[in-house]
Amino acid sequence: MTSKAVTSNTMLRWGLYAVLILFALFYLMPLFVMLTTSLKSLEEIRTGSLLSLPRELTFAPWAEAWSSACAGTQCQGLRPFFWNSVLMAVPAVAISTIVGALNGYVFAQWRFRGANLFFAAILFGCFIPFQVVLLPMAQMLGLMGIAGTIPGLIFVHVIYGIGFTTLFFRNYYVTIPQELVRAAKVDGAGFFRIFFAIFLPLSLPIITVSVIWQFTQIWNDFLFGVSFSGPGSQPVTVALNNIVNSTTGVKAYNVDMAAAIIAAAPTLLVYVIAGKYFIRGLTAGSVKG
Amino acid sequence: MEWLERNVPKLVLAPSFVAILVFVYGFIAWTAWISLTRSRLMPRYEFEGIGQYERLFAAPRWDVAMDNLFIFGGLFIVISMVIGLMLAIFLDQRIRAEGVLRTVYLYPMALSLIVTGTAWKWILNPGLGIQATVRSWGFENFTFDWLIRPEMAIYTIVLAAVWQASGFVMALFLAGLRSVDTEIIRAAQVDGIPTHRIYSAIIIPTMAPIFLSAFIVLAHLAIKAFDLVIALTNGGPGYATDLPATYMYAMAFSRGDLGQAAASAMVMMMVIFAIVVPYLYSELRPRHDK
Amino acid sequence: MTMKPLLAASTAVMLAGPVLAEPQAEVLHWWTSGGEARSVAVLQEQFAAEGGSWTDMPVAGGGGDAAMTALRARVLSGNAPTAVQLKGPAIQEWYEETGLADIGPVAEENGWEAVLPVRIAEHMQCEGQWCAAPVNVHRVNWIWGNKQILDEHGIAMPTTWEEFNAAAETLKAAGVTPLAHGGQSWQDATVFETVVLGLGGPEFYQQALVDLDPQALNSDTMRQVFDQMRVIRGYVDDNFSGRDWNLATAMVMNGEAAFQIMGDWAKGEFLAADKKPGVDFVCAETPGGGFLYNVDSFAFFKVDGDDRQQGQALLARLIMGEGFQKTFNLNKGSIPARTDVALDEFDDCARQSAEAMNAGAENGSLLPSYAHGMALRGAPAGAITDVVTAHFNSDMTSDEAVEQLANAVASAM
Repeated sequence: MTSKAVTSNTMLRWGLYAVLILFALFYLMPLFVMLTTSLKSLEEIRTGSLLSLPRELTFAPWAEAWSSACAGTQCQGLRPFFWNSVLMAVPAVAISTIVGALNGYVFAQWRFRGANLFFAAILFGCFIPFQVVLLPMAQMLGLMGIAGTIPGLIFVHVIYGIGFTTLFFRNYYVTIPQELVRAAKVDGAGFFRIFFAIFLPLSLPIITVSVIWQFTQIWNDFLFGVSFSGPGSQPVTVALNNIVNSTTGVKAYNVDMAAAIIAAAPTLLVYVIAGKYFIRGLTAGSVKG
Repeated sequence: MEWLERNVPKLVLAPSFVAILVFVYGFIAWTAWISLTRSRLMPRYEFEGIGQYERLFAAPRWDVAMDNLFIFGGLFIVISMVIGLMLAIFLDQRIRAEGVLRTVYLYPMALSLIVTGTAWKWILNPGLGIQATVRSWGFENFTFDWLIRPEMAIYTIVLAAVWQASGFVMALFLAGLRSVDTEIIRAAQVDGIPTHRIYSAIIIPTMAPIFLSAFIVLAHLAIKAFDLVIALTNGGPGYATDLPATYMYAMAFSRGDLGQAAASAMVMMMVIFAIVVPYLYSELRPRHDK
Repeated sequence: MTMKPLLAASTAVMLAGPVLAEPQAEVLHWWTSGGEARSVAVLQEQFAAEGGSWTDMPVAGGGGDAAMTALRARVLSGNAPTAVQLKGPAIQEWYEETGLADIGPVAEENGWEAVLPVRIAEHMQCEGQWCAAPVNVHRVNWIWGNKQILDEHGIAMPTTWEEFNAAAETLKAAGVTPLAHGGQSWQDATVFETVVLGLGGPEFYQQALVDLDPQALNSDTMRQVFDQMRVIRGYVDDNFSGRDWNLATAMVMNGEAAFQIMGDWAKGEFLAADKKPGVDFVCAETPGGGFLYNVDSFAFFKVDGDDRQQGQALLARLIMGEGFQKTFNLNKGSIPARTDVALDEFDDCARQSAEAMNAGAENGSLLPSYAHGMALRGAPAGAITDVVTAHFNSDMTSDEAVEQLANAVASAM
């Protein structure tokens, strides 16, 4: 290689890194603003610049947001609502993933007449705007006697999560050769045997994708949370909204920001820890058309 | 027993089938019916005719909302794809700290706009955010005031939406790049084909299905975009940043004009239908032939 | 004092028969900001002191939009809250859709009829029966000024819109932002309705924004109103879009702007920051006078169970109690809905407000605020706001605005 080519190559790499870092800064900006603001005193927020680092660190806003910030007449912070969200999200994610896996398995490997049409119908369901379903859903939940409860919220999230999880698993399982199933059938294995013995062990990457996707959707949901919860079952996003919209004389921006980060912490954590597997899962076939 | 054995797959699907039938298609039918009534605060079921649609198409605000959907949707999808593809290709160059950068690009997808809305509002606010900061560095004439200009505000929505979704698109494309057969690439390299040619002529064409997947994910986000607008501009200035989803919500829940909301929902659904059905067709068609 | 529990007991007996259950109330409201939350807490304490059990259901955000979404879902699922913060014609609208509980016995026993201005009492009645209880009366058409700035430039509080414009020009020339304003549609609408009242007078206001008379909506006066809105647009600073009202109030407080046009909840912000009326800030009615009211109230849905019905009766009685009316309104900046509460502890602005309310009840200038959902149902009110805010935030001409206004109202009827 000539020295000229080497220089231009080095230049190119520097440029590459510059672009990548510039974008990283763009992506980090809102989080940076939230984090620094949550660590500043109110006095400093008023006087200082938005994008500056805190002069003095304070963790008081975090403590307040977690356990004593007021929403309405209750001053319990986010803590009780945080657990509501956990109680809602964990079963909802688990159930919708299991249902999606079984559905995807059928669509990919046990085709029957009309299966494609039905699959298309499920996919189309992914696109229904949630505002549309609020009122009829409220009626249904009332009829079923689970309105205003956490099981009600779980039910709603499972229903509207099936579309995506089915899509994920179906696209993943479709890459597994059908000969495998045929051979197993010849050996006398049944529907569930084949699923548990062959498909499930192969499914870790796509389970990760499904869990991350569903967890993010369900944890972050506000619209269903505010409409279908009752007192005692409000999820953390609703409480966050109440806290951010509560002011006592002066608006406690630092507490608001701390509360926002706390409310977002579980999904953030999932992305940071499992992000690698997310990409691996996608690579493993979920997006191959 | 044998019957059971044969029908297990169908039985497994049955609950989902019923659920989708009732909770998606039943509700769409319900909405369609409501759009033909004069429902206000609460649903009423007496048939009225297509008056709600006439009102809808006569409303200047709905025109703005639909225009915005196309401006916003078009820009959002194209920019996210371009940035996503670019970042994916760059990250694919054996970059140091790839894991960290990937996480940084991906994390916005983890956050709801309810969480980041306030921060975005500050950043975009000319008196507080970027404009004020850059000016305080001595660039007195620097202007970034899209948020408060009715004709530009929709682009701040695009900006925040791209921020949220482009990392996810990057992940999709990166996954696609990594699943391209390395043999072909190596062969091309041996033949001395320059890198950019390898990408444009060999790799990217094989990723057509991923473009489609990304398009669908983005289109779905664009049509459902709601939190974004509420958090950033609440439809303002005026109603310059209204989108169909926010229009519908305003009609249904703050105005007590449910019939009107249902009509707008049906129009939205038709737009979705027009986008999604060709996709589903192309997605499911080739498998028949295999 | 000893009378009250007795009355409560007798009311409860009347409503619920001989069984005395513990009164239950689940209260859906969007009062989450400082003074409001404190006031609700007072109500909660009183409720508990009388043996009731209170479940708080706050849903903040969007000026009650989120709460109304939750309310619809609750009602449709057959699980209506015991009491809901509702106001204006929405009360009657809900009554028509689902029916509301009759709290007549409480109202009669406590003589509500005698202590409420007629116009306000009407809002609390559904087809002649009492179905809601008012907590306060906000006056919307206030203009707030920074005393120091006004004195500096020798400006008196304007009594006509011409005076306002002249004062604003002086301030603008001196480099002061004349008007602190937040570009949210309801704030645009708030300024708009004070201009309608100021330029058109009470009768015109009634015709245009209450009766929706097409002639009034399509009149020259309305054109002038939009002209004035365009002039006002020139008096706000560049960053007004999307600003919350309390941040606009803070601008007046901190001397960044001279005036704000806003209901008397803004006073709560001044007081919370230890500013004194007449010393640090001045309050005056908006040019042209009159009284635009915004009355917060609680409506009671039909619920099952003695305990919840007793909760409703107890809540209704407490809300209209003199003690609560006083505490609440001292916190919130408004005045009691009851006209017989002593105003000794209230400030000058509040007393001025009470006088204007009584005078307005006499001469017909006591009018419902359209911008705050007191005059019209949701659809026509929203249609008007769409036009007002579109005009204010663009270069639409007054002629176009008037034309759109007439069309929008006609299609929303």
